[in-house]
Amino acid sequence: MSAPVYIAGLGAISGIGNDVAENFRALQEGRAGLSAIRYLDTVHKNTFPAGEVKSSNEELAERCGWMGSDSRTAMLGYLAAREALDDAGINGSVAYRTGLISATSVGGMDLTEHFYPHFLANNSGGKLRQVVEHECGAVTEKMAAALQVTDFVSTVSTACSSSANAIMLGARMIRNGLLDVVIAGGTDALSCFTLNGFNTLMILDQQLCQPFDQQRRGLNLGEGAGFIVLVSEAVAKDLSKPAYAKLTGYANANDAYHQTASSPDGTGSFLAMKGALEMSGLKASDIDYINLHGTGTQNNDASESTAIRRIFGNSLPRMSSTKSFTGHTLAACGGLEAVYSIKAMEQQCLLPGLRISKPVIEEEGVMVNEFTNGIPVKNILSNSFGFGGNCSSLIFSAI
Amino acid sequence: MFITAASAISPQKSFRNADGFTAVPLTEGNRLVCAEPDYSSLIEPKLIRRMSRIIRMGVATAIDALQQAGVTDPSAIITGTAYGCLEDTGIFLKRMVENKEEMLTPTAFIQSTHNTVGAQIALMLKCNAYNNTYVHRALSFETALLDTMMLLKENGTSQVLVGAADELTDQSFIILERFGLFRKQPAGEGAAFFVAKASPDAAIAEVKGIRTLINPGTQQVEDAVKTLLQTHGLGAGDVQLLLSGRTADTAMDQYYNVVEQTIGNEAAVIQFKALCGEYPTSTSFALWLACNTMQGKTMPGMTNASHVRYAVIYNADKSGYHSIMLISKC
Amino acid sequence: MSREQLIEDLKRQIVAQLNLQVQPESINADEPLFNEGLGLDSIDALELIVLMQQNYKIRLVNAEDGPKVFQSIGTMADFILENQAEQN
Repeated sequence: MSAPVYIAGLGAISGIGNDVAENFRALQEGRAGLSAIRYLDTVHKNTFPAGEVKSSNEELAERCGWMGSDSRTAMLGYLAAREALDDAGINGSVAYRTGLISATSVGGMDLTEHFYPHFLANNSGGKLRQVVEHECGAVTEKMAAALQVTDFVSTVSTACSSSANAIMLGARMIRNGLLDVVIAGGTDALSCFTLNGFNTLMILDQQLCQPFDQQRRGLNLGEGAGFIVLVSEAVAKDLSKPAYAKLTGYANANDAYHQTASSPDGTGSFLAMKGALEMSGLKASDIDYINLHGTGTQNNDASESTAIRRIFGNSLPRMSSTKSFTGHTLAACGGLEAVYSIKAMEQQCLLPGLRISKPVIEEEGVMVNEFTNGIPVKNILSNSFGFGGNCSSLIFSAI
Repeated sequence: MFITAASAISPQKSFRNADGFTAVPLTEGNRLVCAEPDYSSLIEPKLIRRMSRIIRMGVATAIDALQQAGVTDPSAIITGTAYGCLEDTGIFLKRMVENKEEMLTPTAFIQSTHNTVGAQIALMLKCNAYNNTYVHRALSFETALLDTMMLLKENGTSQVLVGAADELTDQSFIILERFGLFRKQPAGEGAAFFVAKASPDAAIAEVKGIRTLINPGTQQVEDAVKTLLQTHGLGAGDVQLLLSGRTADTAMDQYYNVVEQTIGNEAAVIQFKALCGEYPTSTSFALWLACNTMQGKTMPGMTNASHVRYAVIYNADKSGYHSIMLISKC
Repeated sequence: MSREQLIEDLKRQIVAQLNLQVQPESINADEPLFNEGLGLDSIDALELIVLMQQNYKIRLVNAEDGPKVFQSIGTMADFILENQAEQN
């Protein structure tokens, strides 16, 4: 199972941009996309900043060319997956076996929560149309139909590590000779269910979040979608433009400590990073940059930094959390941050983490504070850790 | 992929009922409810309180399968669920609406995440291994099996815990009924877990191959069945049992007809949804039935299971997801 | 309301809210709620904060006070009685 897997296409939509170029420009210019909630109708709209995609559902539907009755999650997912597929430059005249592996935490809940009040009042109440895309799989199904993918379609749901796991499955299916091309990633739209759910855990920041800062107060939620197109070596040779990078390492491990909190010694994160490194055959010192999971909660950042020290000892690579720009996009974060990591490698730059005054990791120069050009970046580690102790790490390497 | 243990909670008295299992087609009403065991002998009270019904069903069958196989530390835990944890989702939504987003509590929210079954199993076993959850409608269980097959290829010494669970709540039943899903065929629910490995010792059945199709035509289905059989040196007449997802709902009849024709008249046909009801991961129950048959246990509609060497499980879900599995005796 | 009555009420409410698999009467008012004793965890702490707000209209302003207030049902009762006295 040693066949290499290449990344041929990137697609993204988030609170900082409607496509990859816009997202990257915001990262370059240090412009976060976190503000009072404008699009979601919630009593908390002025309490918790969030990284909403700056488009209404009507605007998104128009971009998709859809009717306007679809879940926001499906629309975000489709737009990012479409961009990735178009970007990949795959030879259209060859019938490559193509799969779509998406990920989401709440599927079409954004519509379900409109249905529910009517349904609670009366069992025949509420429009069924609003729950057609409730299931996670139904959101992916809509995306697959619009992308015309029929060979293989599936959906992962493991909370915040979901799209990293989707990418892993896609890579393994290519290496096992089952598929040639996989569009892999994830999508989540902001919903009252999620916002209120996270609020009950008391881990939301009422100010702009400060991941990996000693004074951090919690996370800001975000929304969006990030997809990459994975291809086999044979397909990579036949692309209309060179592939971006290789996926050289990946691993998933379980913290098995608590339903939502991470263990103090970061067992799950440690095992995921270790596993990814082992697969890649790289030494810890070969990693040039870590895109942290870095949500900004007391617990995650403490646990993740502990695990990082266990792996890297005194030779810490440069690192940052781009959630300081986008907020925590939940199931989409693995895919979105994969796109950012690969783009950073393409551009040979380091992405900053915003609003750190006193870093958790105090060693000089470790936290990236400003966008930095002209840095040789050959290997990037990207972390995504979710509820249920689900920890995943991906390593991307220059070709 | 060799199965060394299988466990199921279903509308039948299927749980830990090694010798007494005689499945009875359930014909009353249009909602089949699982016959649940007393969980206190399997799960300690401190943990049970954090487990909603679907979690208990998933955890109980997982623990049972592991005990049967004598495995305490599986190499991976893989779960399929189409609907996820509906009860807690419904509870949180209801409170959110009624309380207008104020004074909500975390438990229902935390327990509503789709990977809770897999996560709770890992927590109970303190298992740090690979853990994944697939949520793609009628292919959720199939994707879990596919992942398992790849894991066993990637690491031949693995022992993988793989299964599926889907529940029906009062609310979900009403909504799905409004979609017309249960006009002719009762709704069902259930959980089933298996232990799978790459070597045949102590195996109770072998999953020789799986094929999934999305929105195929009948010719594609016929070709897929033929190819799956031929790959393993089999043809029409070589399969003794077809576990068919056919129901009284005729929408997918043409597909079931084609598969029955391709398999041949010699095969006994058992419509497994008459035993477990209609739900997206019902093929996991069918696999449990197949494992039972391969161990010589009785099946309704078949007087003698001992002659079954090969079985095919075929399901054609109305959303366009088809799955074919070839199972053999060990 | 007397402290004894409040304690009995709290026992019932906590068992119900946290889905504890014990009889309310079996809980000792001074036994630790967290870690040992009933073995509650951080999620239960969040549930208890909402329980106090919902049933007794008392808001725990500093989450750090949690461990002290929720040490046992006895300390919870004392906290409620103190704060209700202040409100009056």
